[in-house]
Amino acid sequence: MIKVSNLTKKFGSNTSLDNVNCEFNKNESIALMGANGAGKTTLIRSILGYYHPNDGEVLINGMNPIKERVKVLENISFVPQLPPPIKLSIDELMQYISVGAKVDRDLIMHYANEMKLDVSANLNKSFFKLSGGMKQKLLIAISLAKKSDIIIYDEPTANLDPKARDDFYRLLKQNEDEKVLLFVTHRLEEVKDLVNRQIYMDLGKIVSDDKV
Amino acid sequence: MKNLSLIAYLDLKESIRAKWFVVYSLVFGGLIALFFIAGVTESQVMGFSGLSRLLLMYIQITIVILPIFILITTVRSISGDRDSHVLEYMLSFPISLKQYYWGKIIGRFITVYLPVIFAMIIAIIYGAFKGASIPWDIFFLYTGLLFAMSAAFLGIAFFISSFVKSSEVALGIAFFIWIFLLAFIDIALISLMMQQRFNEELIIFMAMINPMEIFRVAAISLFDPELTVMGPVAFYILDSMSQTVFVLLSIGYPLVLGLLFAFFGYKIFEKKDLV
Ligand SMILES: Nc1ncnc2c1ncn2[C@@H]1O[C@H](COP(=O)(O)OP(=O)(O)OP(=O)(O)O)[C@@H](O)[C@H]1O
Ligand SMILES: [Mg+2]
Repeated sequence: MIKVSNLTKKFGSNTSLDNVNCEFNKNESIALMGANGAGKTTLIRSILGYYHPNDGEVLINGMNPIKERVKVLENISFVPQLPPPIKLSIDELMQYISVGAKVDRDLIMHYANEMKLDVSANLNKSFFKLSGGMKQKLLIAISLAKKSDIIIYDEPTANLDPKARDDFYRLLKQNEDEKVLLFVTHRLEEVKDLVNRQIYMDLGKIVSDDKV
Repeated sequence: MKNLSLIAYLDLKESIRAKWFVVYSLVFGGLIALFFIAGVTESQVMGFSGLSRLLLMYIQITIVILPIFILITTVRSISGDRDSHVLEYMLSFPISLKQYYWGKIIGRFITVYLPVIFAMIIAIIYGAFKGASIPWDIFFLYTGLLFAMSAAFLGIAFFISSFVKSSEVALGIAFFIWIFLLAFIDIALISLMMQQRFNEELIIFMAMINPMEIFRVAAISLFDPELTVMGPVAFYILDSMSQTVFVLLSIGYPLVLGLLFAFFGYKIFEKKDLV
């Protein structure tokens, strides 16, 4: 489903991705690991079509994520490394997502509930005023409600309490069938039951890639 | 189309809640209130009185402060969202860059235009209530001028926002442009004129490509159709076009200028890394 070929991305003289080649297919749950600055986030952003590569390309179901951004993103759910300080209220954010990405609002509520986040009590609150963990819970709920074939998480559990992490992994387990789940993490033990492929990156290269 | 209006609507709602918007509205509303309290409508200066005089004063001040207001509040809109990673998340949804960018512009345009026009409408209503006659021609001209001015500076602001790396730099550039258009062009032109090295036509042409200058001249043109205040400039302007054409130009040119800048800003936004 995702094909990365000879992808190189430089920022100034700093090479963040160095001729990366890999493929992610249906029914794969991948743990993407590596030291800080290894290039994990850069790889994910390239898949989302945010970066213009210096060389190589990314194809998602045969489509270029920059040129056919709308079609490609219809099929991707994404939770970033840091919840952004969005100034919209929860209600407005859900409106943005339900109108803009055709995500069912009730489904967001449903998953938020499963994550033990009370959305209806916070509807008029600005998103950035939620606690760090609450923000992540909401973003996770949105990512699950948006029925996509590709789910990308860039360390989404950093601010979650142990209970919430369990909820999260339980929900993911229920939702990973027939999908690509790409999971950046520094704690392999946590996602061990969930993933069937482990990729290590270092200095912008993939240094190991094992199916388990 | 639906996404465009959605983004415009949400940006509008977000802006209206922001502190800068409150300050912004208070400044223009306060200006009008101040004029009434100070009795501007009752006094008579330069032969203009009543609401006409009030509107003239209003627009003369607005010409100076509106651009900087628009520039500093808008110049960070895209670069700020990029800095704070808001863009990274919001653009992970299937919304085209075109809809996102132009939606933001439309939302912002409404936000900056409404308070200035609203303040003027309040002045008209209050003035009429107190028995002043309403100078409709001036009102409509200024509505158009404010529209064109908002568009011009919003376009410039989005253009800057699309390529600067950080918000601080964006602010710096915004200030520079404002000061440059406001003062340096005048000073530079006057000194050129005194040196008599260039012909006057060229100098006047250079003055007239400055949107701030063209607003200044257009704002006074209804009061002083011969443009005597402008001295030799009037000769060239009225020699080359009628007053009506000049008024249309003073609205059309900045509007086109703003759209062009906004368009180039979009091209850059599209071509650059998004985050
Ligand atoms: N926008 C950018 N401009 C300049 N350099 C960048 C940019 N984004 C990333 N880099 C550089 O690219 C390299 C890889 O960064 P990246 O964010 O992909 O690392 P990461 O593997 O996600 O690390 P972490 O585990 O800390 O999240 C780093 O050296 C970083 O400094
Ligand atoms: Mg990272």
